[in-house]
Amino acid sequence: MTHTLGRADFDVIAGWVKPGHRVLDLGCGDGTLLKHLIETRGVHGVGVEIDDANILAAIRNGINIVQGNLEKGLDEFADQAFDHVVLSRTLQTVRHTEGVLQEMLRVGREAVVSFPNFAYWKNLRSVLDGRMPVSEDLPYEWYDSPNVRFFTLLDFEALCDKMGLIIRERHVLDEQGNRVHSSESRDVNFLGSLAVYRLSRNR
Amino acid sequence: MPGQSVGAVQSQRAHFDEPLHLRSGGVLPAYDLVYETYGTLNAAKSNAILVCHALSGHHHVAGHYADQPDNVGWWDNIIGPGRPLDTDRFFIVGLNNLGGCHGSTGPSSINPATGKPWGASFPIVAVNDWVHAQARLADRLGIDSWAAVVGGSLGGMQALRWSITFPERVRNAVVIAAAPKLSAQNIAFNDVARQAILTDPDFHGGDYYEHNTRPVRGLRLARMLGHITYLSDDQMGEKFGRELRNSAFSFGFDVEFEVESYLRYQGDKFAGYFDANTYLLMTKALDYFDPSREDNGNLTATLARTRANFLIASFTTDWRFTPARSKEIVSALLANHRNVSYAEINLNFGHDSFLMEDAHYHGVVDAYLRNIKL
Repeated sequence: MTHTLGRADFDVIAGWVKPGHRVLDLGCGDGTLLKHLIETRGVHGVGVEIDDANILAAIRNGINIVQGNLEKGLDEFADQAFDHVVLSRTLQTVRHTEGVLQEMLRVGREAVVSFPNFAYWKNLRSVLDGRMPVSEDLPYEWYDSPNVRFFTLLDFEALCDKMGLIIRERHVLDEQGNRVHSSESRDVNFLGSLAVYRLSRNR
Repeated sequence: MPGQSVGAVQSQRAHFDEPLHLRSGGVLPAYDLVYETYGTLNAAKSNAILVCHALSGHHHVAGHYADQPDNVGWWDNIIGPGRPLDTDRFFIVGLNNLGGCHGSTGPSSINPATGKPWGASFPIVAVNDWVHAQARLADRLGIDSWAAVVGGSLGGMQALRWSITFPERVRNAVVIAAAPKLSAQNIAFNDVARQAILTDPDFHGGDYYEHNTRPVRGLRLARMLGHITYLSDDQMGEKFGRELRNSAFSFGFDVEFEVESYLRYQGDKFAGYFDANTYLLMTKALDYFDPSREDNGNLTATLARTRANFLIASFTTDWRFTPARSKEIVSALLANHRNVSYAEINLNFGHDSFLMEDAHYHGVVDAYLRNIKL
């Protein structure tokens, strides 16, 4: 199965946004996802990035991009300014996990979060074999990894529960980007390499 | 940075007979604007960029004069074929603002009504007055709408003001190292600078031209003070540290530390050519600048009137107009769903960073401007 721009979660996210929606992409890189959503889904997009090279690349891509550190909050954005706030494969790199999730649902109606699942069976097997996992969704060696938080699907769901966040949809993918079909959370936790969640909160 | 200078350039003069009613209540019955242009205006007249100058700038933005090869424009490093403000693509206009001392009508110009220099009788001009005067120059050049209005510091404030006053005439505004209004600290620095000039015995209430003198001491102090606020602490530390001109302390008040020597040199140089009344006017224009005043301080409401797309840029070491001040503009634009990008550029030159040549900084401006459809 081939995926748009090689990132399986992008297709899932594209399926959740509607034309005219306002989308904020945190840690948007060079703006590839936003450009895709703007071109194929007709959204109005804004990205946040900390890295100079990505700022330059995103401006080249014609994306609205704001340079900033999302760990320090999203002060420049008003409450409920966006329909979707996306955090694609970035949650595991931030330290202020709860703060970032809170901010996402302050500025957005819904949060879309994707992250690598450390409980994926190949990752577990790798650890059992004595080595930290390196895979499609965890492409770094332990010594050069930007990841600072190591958690599983079930860990994440427990945090959402603790924070009172509502999981509206869960889309779990294997390493090939194919959807894992199972209603059993324990099975999904074992079979899924990448998880994509749609979250909201009670108002 | 790739690209070349625009080479030899000439300045031009436009005379305007239609009176200009100023924000201060004053009226300029007629006035001149000196300006320069680089590149070629296309047939659709859709490729024009206005470059607005800051406190001490003028119309000579890029290139050099054929008979003065060393007289290089103040923002030459960003303008020319292949440079971010690419003259192969854009038609660039730079002018000297009203109240200036480089050829446009200002306090040192002759008031036709009296045959004497305007001096103290020159009316106070506001940023919005400059924008209106610039609009008349645009009319004269046949430019209905600017592809972009670009400026740093006080120049960035003009770009922002353009987007509010003439939303249909600005397609892009590039606002660099600016603020939506001055802080109390900013105004305080400006007032000390003005006091230096106003209390100089050679000031003569602003009519020093008639006394064949100039308030050089006051202007020099004003510039020395201003210069400190343009640089970063780090940069001053790196450049001068506590270096002494001689190896030992002299226990006197002559120049001892290198930083003193530098500041005095900068002050002397500036006081040698700049007009003190212009300095007063420019600092007042800065102090009064606050477009949100029309909306009881609600910048979001003010920027709702804009239609342009925006590039906002700030510099990490700028303590005069900090990144937080630029972010106020970004935030208000985002709240209005405007297309806006914001870059916080890591450069060590304080407020003056906006004039520096830096690959990332110029890359950001270049990338933004290249996406403008003509």
